[in-house]
Formats: sequence, structure tokens, C-alpha cells
Amino acid sequence: MSALTMNLTATASEENSFDSAPEQTVVEDTVGFPLVDDPKIRARNASVFYGDKQAIFNIDLDIGKHEVIAMIGPSGCGKSTFLRTINRMNDTVDGCRVSGEFLLEEDNIYGSKMDVVELRARVGMVFQKPNPFPKSIFDNVAYGPKIHGLAGSRVELDEIVENSLKRAGLWAEVKDRLQQPGTGLSGGQQQRLCIARAISISPEVILMDEPCSALDPIATARIEELIAELAENYTIVIVTHSMQQAARVSHRTAYFHLGKLVEVNETEKVFTTPEHKLTEAYITGRFG
Amino acid sequence: MSKSSKPNATTERIRQTLAKRYRAEKRFRLYGVVAILFGLLCVATLFVDIIGKGHGAFRQTYIQLSVDYDADILGISDINDAQQLALADFSGLVKKSLRTRFSDVSGRKDKRQLYRLVSNSAEYDLTDRLKTAPALLGQSEKRWVLADDDIDTYFKSLNSSDGAFVGRTSEKQQQWVQSLIDAGQIELRFNSQFFSNGDSREPEQAGIGGAIVGSLFTLFITLALSFPIGVAAAVYLEEFAPKNRWTDFIEVNINNLAAVPSIIFGLLGLAIFINFFHVPRSVPVIGGLVLAVMTLPTIIISSRAAIKAVPPSIREAGIGIGASPVQVVLHHVLPLALPGMLTGTIIGMAQALGETAPLLMIGMVAFIVDVPGGFTDPATVLPVQIFLWADSPERAFVEKTSAAIMVLLAFLITMNTFAVILRKRLERRW
Repeated sequence: MSALTMNLTATASEENSFDSAPEQTVVEDTVGFPLVDDPKIRARNASVFYGDKQAIFNIDLDIGKHEVIAMIGPSGCGKSTFLRTINRMNDTVDGCRVSGEFLLEEDNIYGSKMDVVELRARVGMVFQKPNPFPKSIFDNVAYGPKIHGLAGSRVELDEIVENSLKRAGLWAEVKDRLQQPGTGLSGGQQQRLCIARAISISPEVILMDEPCSALDPIATARIEELIAELAENYTIVIVTHSMQQAARVSHRTAYFHLGKLVEVNETEKVFTTPEHKLTEAYITGRFG
Repeated sequence: MSKSSKPNATTERIRQTLAKRYRAEKRFRLYGVVAILFGLLCVATLFVDIIGKGHGAFRQTYIQLSVDYDADILGISDINDAQQLALADFSGLVKKSLRTRFSDVSGRKDKRQLYRLVSNSAEYDLTDRLKTAPALLGQSEKRWVLADDDIDTYFKSLNSSDGAFVGRTSEKQQQWVQSLIDAGQIELRFNSQFFSNGDSREPEQAGIGGAIVGSLFTLFITLALSFPIGVAAAVYLEEFAPKNRWTDFIEVNINNLAAVPSIIFGLLGLAIFINFFHVPRSVPVIGGLVLAVMTLPTIIISSRAAIKAVPPSIREAGIGIGASPVQVVLHHVLPLALPGMLTGTIIGMAQALGETAPLLMIGMVAFIVDVPGGFTDPATVLPVQIFLWADSPERAFVEKTSAAIMVLLAFLITMNTFAVILRKRLERRW
């Protein structure tokens, strides 16, 4: 459901003045602590529009260095949209407009000086559905370093591929069949291959858009372990529908509702003593 | 549910409708089978008819003559003198051989009929023979020469169930043929000239070599122009062009062009390429240009469909890793779309190979005897050759026409099979 229509229904039910059920609570300002010192990514007054519809309303949020931040919220709340504004994946969507200030450290993400290819090399992304290229496992991982010219020689390229696959926890499983197609792997292996592909160009930030939603629990557990390991070197922003997952992997959790950022807090705090009624309603399963 | 248990009302109603549904399903499948059978029957009829009529053209009647390369008749004193050889009377040599074989023939009328037993290409054959083997001068040898097309038609029909086709052969000629048969001096041989010769007024000398070469030259130009232009247009429209009224307008027009009758493209070629740009007429270049314009919409439409079929997740993956738009297209989209593009292109080429109407407009319907040697030599193409032969009055052209159709069909089947194989081999799963 689009953010706008949900908004209207919310307003309408407010006028009917039922009991103060959480759905009717109006989001004023983000509660908790959305801002940190010396952030990796800084978003101020961020809004995103799809044509005439506004998908995200004036969000202020900082993402710290080497932090894993989880974004949760019901479908259509704008968490994926927000994620995609960080590496400008929304550029490819017709009629999408972004306003507000986005900084990757000191660089303006939407500034005229920002080269979008460079941005995406610095901010990698892992998608909901595993999407390896229909090429060999080796070529999947080697593609990024090749196009960005990161490997001076074949030996160096082999090294990058091996390291990336090792860090993605896939090396042991595929080291004997690097020339086989990446599409022949299982779903969980494919997703780890995509993670290896993303880290092969040593990005500063990794965006993960529901990376485990197409995977079984065992594959999910492996990816979650991997996220914890990767957090030592990278800043990770993960969108997830699974609150357990958010609780397991993230340091901070941001709760989105109808395009607004309701609450950002320490993950433990969000799942034990949420400050906002909407957050509480969502994590206790009253809607979502 | 077991039979003993009492079915409830819903189950009962479902059971009642089941039989009806199964009947409907069977009926529907029957329609499909009937449609397929009808199609197969039509194709089978076509093939049986064409092969039945055309197979004879692959063999041609030859008559054995004992030729005496008499220097006096030829009027040659020095065998190494090219001019003497060019002026030599080889026709007289053929006539002499025939007169020797049938020595009882007298009278001008009968003699003229006698000379018409063999094709007028026999003298050129003997010329070539003496050129390659000058030592034969003054010697004699037995040589198989082409029979005239009327004799050929008559000889081939001798064993047919409908009785012999007398046609334009006289009774005397028939007797001579019988005498040749008895002496074993007439026989059918594989007609290699059919594949190497150009067109001719004499059916026994007419071949599709010129038309095949012309078709190949023309198709080469068509492919070289329409594939890159078509793919570039499709890639631009699909991947880079903004979606606005202009691109909508272009799309409508491309779809429109695909449905425009092909003769219109011929008129366009005539008006623009020939009258404005002064491209010479009747040559593969102009034919290729016109057919390229005609094939473009097919290639653009199929290429766009192939590009559209590439899953967006592959593009996202490419963009996500920091590939530029052109890199995404070249590295990921095109390789995946290529099988579909090639299939569309080959189908477009097959269409162009079978096209006649636009070529009539640009002079490729001319009577061309020589096999074209290049892109700017006058040429004709296979379907036009079929059109020309189908129009010719000589009986012998009937089997030539069918044989040419067989060759054209063989080319088309090969191309379409190639398209299927290519698609199967290049197809990658994702």
C-alpha cells in the first residue's frame, strides 16, 4: 500500500477518535538517538518522492562508522527506499526525486561533484533476491575489481577473489569449482557470492536489502554470522522484515512507519523498552 | 474420499461438473491436434508437389557425339592463335557430327530438325574443350553434349505414367531419340550446370548459380546494415532513451513499418536510393539497402523484446557494483539478450531472402546471364529468379522453377534451423 493512502486512512481514523490505539498516533519527531558523532553517513531532512507521492518524510539520521544499523517497519514504510537513496539506486527509477542532504563522510551524495559510479564503488549493495551474474563464480567476484581497475595482474586478481570469497565464508565450498556458473549454487551460497562480489571492491558501506528473505534458516544463520564478522571492517545498513534478525545482528535499530522515522535506539532498547508506542505495537506484533 | 463415505453437497456438485470439464479439455486438445494436422498436410502437399515437379531438374539429358576436330571445318591453321580459335566454326563441327551419326537424313528441313537435337551450348562446350586440350586438333573423340530442352523434356517423360510428352518434338526427332536410346548414346546426368550457371533463354542452360550468388551478396549487405543499426536502435530505445512522447511516437512508427507492404519499401528505394543518391540499379548494393530498411523493424522489435526479457535484477547487480550504464549494457544485458536478437535477425534475414516485391521496383528483375562477381555487378536473387521462370513459356522451365523453389526452401530451412540451434546453444539460465 502506498504511503499516502495509508496516511489518509490514519488521519481519517484519528478524526473518529477511537481509543488511543497505536495506529492513530501521529509521528511528530524521531525519538531515541538518531544522530551520532562523526558519522559515516549523514541524512538531514531527507524526503523521497515517486511522482506525486511522497515515500519518505523529512528524515534525520546518522549512521556511524563500523556500525550495523537495522531498519525495520511494515511493508511500504520507506525503509528500502531510504536504503536505496544512500547509493542512488533510485536514480534508475522513473519519476523518483530526492530532497534533503545526504553526506558520505564529507562528500555530498547528491552533489554535482559526486560521480555515481564512484559512489557505488564506495557503497556496495546486496539485494533481496540473490542475483549473481550468469557467469562463473570467479568472474562474478572478479567483475567489480576488473571494471574499477583494482587488480594490476592476474595474480592480484586471484588474490582479491580468494580473499573476498574467504571473507564471505564461501571459499571452502567453491574453491575447487571457481569456473562453474555462479547460478548453479544454492540460494544461500548465491547470496554469499553476492556479498563476496560486493566486498571485492572494498566498499566503505554495505547496504543489505532484506538479504535473507529468500533463504532458509540455516543459510540465514550463516549470513548473519557473516554480517557480524564484516562489521569489523565495514559500515552495514540492513533492511529486514525479521525482528529477530535485527535483534541478532544490529547495534542500532531504526523503526520506520509510513515514510517517517519513528524511533532509533540501541537495538536492545528497541526490543525491550521501546520509547514510542508505534514501535512497541510493531515489535509486539500488533500490526505489521 | 472413499466411496462408502457420504459425499457432502459441494463434493457432489464438483463431481457433476468434472465430467463436463474433462470433455471440454479433450475437445480443446482435439482442436489443437486438428489444427496441427491441417498445417502438416498443407506443408506435405506443398513439398510432395514441388519435389515431384522439380526433382527432374537436377538431372539433364546428354547426347553422345563422336566429334572429329577437323581443322578444315573449323578453319584453324594455328591452334595457338586465339583469334582463329574465337572465329572457328564449332557450330559446323557439331552439325557435322550429327550428320555423320544420322547419315540417312537429307533435306534442309530435316537437317534443321536434326541440328535441334542438341543444345546450342554444345559448340561452346567444344570450344572450351579444344582450348584446354589443343592436342585434340585433327583427332576425334566421343563427347557428351547437352541435349536441347525439348528433347530433354521428351526423354524424361518417356517413362512417366502419363505417357510421353511430345510437345514441340517432331516424329522424326522422336525416332532419332529412340535410335540414340538403342545405341546407349543418350542418358541423364547430374545437372551441375543448374547450380553454376546464370539465367538463360534456353532452359537446358539456365541455372540458379547467378541467383544464389546474387542472393548471398544482397543478404550480406542487408545483414551488415540492418543488424548493427537495428541492435543499436533497440539498445538505445530500451536502455537509454527517456520515456516521452517522442519515443512513443518512434515506437508506434517502428511497429507500423513492420506491417508496411514490402513493395512500398521498393518504391522508397527507387525514389531515394536510385533517383536521389544515384545508386546503380539491379545490383546487390541497392537490393541490400532496400531489404535492410525492410528488415530493420523486425530486428528492432525482436531485439527490444530480448532486451526487455533480461531480468532487472541483473541490471541492478551491475549498477550496484558500480558499472556505468554502458558497461551494464555491454557486459550484462547484451550477452543475455543476444540469443533473442540473433533469432530475430535470422528470421528477418530469412524474410529478406524470400522477398520479391521490393526488388521488382529497383530493377533486380532484369534478365542476367552472368554470375555476379561483386556487390556492384548486375544481379538477381532466388525468389525473383523463380518469379521469372514461372513466367516463362517453355515447358522445361516448370521443373526449373520447382527446383529453384526447392533450393530456396533448403536455404530457408537451414537458416531457421541455425536460428534454433544458435538460440539453444547461447541460451543461459539465470
